[in-house]
Amino acid sequence: MAEARVIPLHGPDGERSRPRPRAVPDPEPESESGAPAAEWERRLADLLAFVRRRIEGDYQVDEFGFDPDLTDHVIMPPLRPLYEKWFRVETIGLHHVPAEGGALIVANHSGTLPLDSVMTAYAVRAEHPAHRHLRMLGADLVFRTPVLGALARKSGQTLACNPDAERLLRSGELVGVWPEGFKGIGKPFKDRYKLQRFGRGGFVSAALNTGVPIIPCSIVGAEEIYPKIGDLKALARLFGFPYFPITPLFPWLGPLGAIPLPSKWYIEFGEPITTDGYGEHAADDPMLVFNLTDQVRETIQQTLYRLLIQRRNVFLG
Amino acid sequence: MAPKVVLVTGCSRYLGGHLAARFAANPDVERVLGVDTEPPSRDLRRRMGRAEFVRADIRNPLIAKVIATAGVDTVVHASVSANPAGPSGRTAMKEMNVIGTMQLLAACQKSPHVRKLVVKSTSAVYGSSSRDPAVFTEEMGPKDLPSSGYAKDAVEVEGYLRGFCRRRPDVSVTTLRFTNFIGPRIDSVLTRYFALPVVPTVLGYDARVQLLHSEDALAVLERATMHDLPGVFNVGADGVLLLSQAIRRAGKLPLPVPSGAVPGVGRLFRSARLVDFSPDQMRFLNWGRVVDTTRLKRDFGFTPRWTTQQAFDDYVSGRGMRPVIDPELVTSVERGVLDLAARLR
Repeated sequence: MAEARVIPLHGPDGERSRPRPRAVPDPEPESESGAPAAEWERRLADLLAFVRRRIEGDYQVDEFGFDPDLTDHVIMPPLRPLYEKWFRVETIGLHHVPAEGGALIVANHSGTLPLDSVMTAYAVRAEHPAHRHLRMLGADLVFRTPVLGALARKSGQTLACNPDAERLLRSGELVGVWPEGFKGIGKPFKDRYKLQRFGRGGFVSAALNTGVPIIPCSIVGAEEIYPKIGDLKALARLFGFPYFPITPLFPWLGPLGAIPLPSKWYIEFGEPITTDGYGEHAADDPMLVFNLTDQVRETIQQTLYRLLIQRRNVFLG
Repeated sequence: MAPKVVLVTGCSRYLGGHLAARFAANPDVERVLGVDTEPPSRDLRRRMGRAEFVRADIRNPLIAKVIATAGVDTVVHASVSANPAGPSGRTAMKEMNVIGTMQLLAACQKSPHVRKLVVKSTSAVYGSSSRDPAVFTEEMGPKDLPSSGYAKDAVEVEGYLRGFCRRRPDVSVTTLRFTNFIGPRIDSVLTRYFALPVVPTVLGYDARVQLLHSEDALAVLERATMHDLPGVFNVGADGVLLLSQAIRRAGKLPLPVPSGAVPGVGRLFRSARLVDFSPDQMRFLNWGRVVDTTRLKRDFGFTPRWTTQQAFDDYVSGRGMRPVIDPELVTSVERGVLDLAARLR
């Protein structure tokens, strides 16, 4: 009955069960003279190995569809100039983000397009000593959209719902959530840095159920990248978008209008708010959930005000 | 307590037949009855050994007589299937799945001997949409109830099963929600799909696919029959493959089809008798589906031996698939470029 059994060759994680031709065993090939390979050569070897893995499908994806190999090689690198040169992002209090174990980063949402979440994910990946991946929770619209939805899953995002959030937190992941949702990201420019309603506090109950700390995160600078001064409701309805923005540059300049303004950014991670001391059924206490939601919201709002007072110029910081 | 007389439905198909063979090889089981509308293939019948084949249609009340006269105490309902038998097979499949289950349950309810029922269901009952959580647990329900096809059949079958549980609380009922089967010998919609020369996918979407090796599926069904493990269990292998990744591992080329054209392409493949995709299976190619198997491991006491990736690789190597892009070529190109780079230095 069981003639054809596959015996895992590479331990319990079963990385590959089919013997594949191994290429380039040494990531740092050395020439005959013994001189170390040049940096560009090492990069080339890295790139070729990546391409080979992609062609052969030789990589791991988790149950949410997260593909770390693709994220680190294709999605993250182009964000670097945007992060370092364009927005010149400065992070504050990154030590508040734990190096391991589950934690929930809660941040304010702004900027018409969700570049703030992308930059936060890059900050945690590139600047945190543990180089963690931020697993973000996104709206249904993201996952319904072709290409974007697939890309979002591959870069580690999943649907903003309690089962997914709790599953990620229980498995010790760092989860990012922007509870204002479309109300926050699509608010008019005149309402900048005014926090909107924080959903229904679903993120607090997820943290309470899993006992992970909540890290309030305040992002300054993202409000000015696409100042939304108008909204074409009819067009938005036509495309099924939550809004169709008009900015000083868009849609007047066409695709050029899609270039974000180079504002100077600050991302501040606040002191963690612990949630593990409230007992087992704490998430069933709506008053506690509301209070914690308010506490997180107030912390972020106050930090935003403080950062704004310190900022002298939108573009120079 | 081991069952004495076991009845297996759908014994001319891969799962039912091999399951009957396993029971026939077990000396604790006194008698094994295999039921199907058409006789099993010669090879399958040889494997089934002392198991008796009863040519009967479970849609016919005759099945009640078979169960009553043979004193069947355990019924394994393995014939609920997603594979239509032919081009006009979809209506027949629905009849077989839904009406067949109704008749079978009615027969079980009447017979005082029956004390255990094992039903092969599917994780398709959870549906597949963008609004679903990434991983389904047994308590979750579908966001959009499947409107047609196999998934709807399975939802209805499980509905009748709940009714049966209420009416015969003395019978131990095990419902197994399987993910898609894969393996070198089993024939399913998915094995035919990956065997296509170019594999159509939905443009801009990449489904998460969780599979189960057919040997693991047999082991789970056997364990459910031999032990008293009532309840609903998700059954799937560990790990996930993305559809694009699976196609690459099979060495095939994907053919992305814009989602608007998917039904048309589906009809084309159906009329060419290549693969018969129902709308719910096309949605599966869009979003995919992953189930949580904690309960299977903890309460049912079974851990699949193959991961999704291993099961898929076993299918690829077992079918002798040749990759379109030769891995040797990829390796040699990689080496060539690196050698060139070393010389340029």
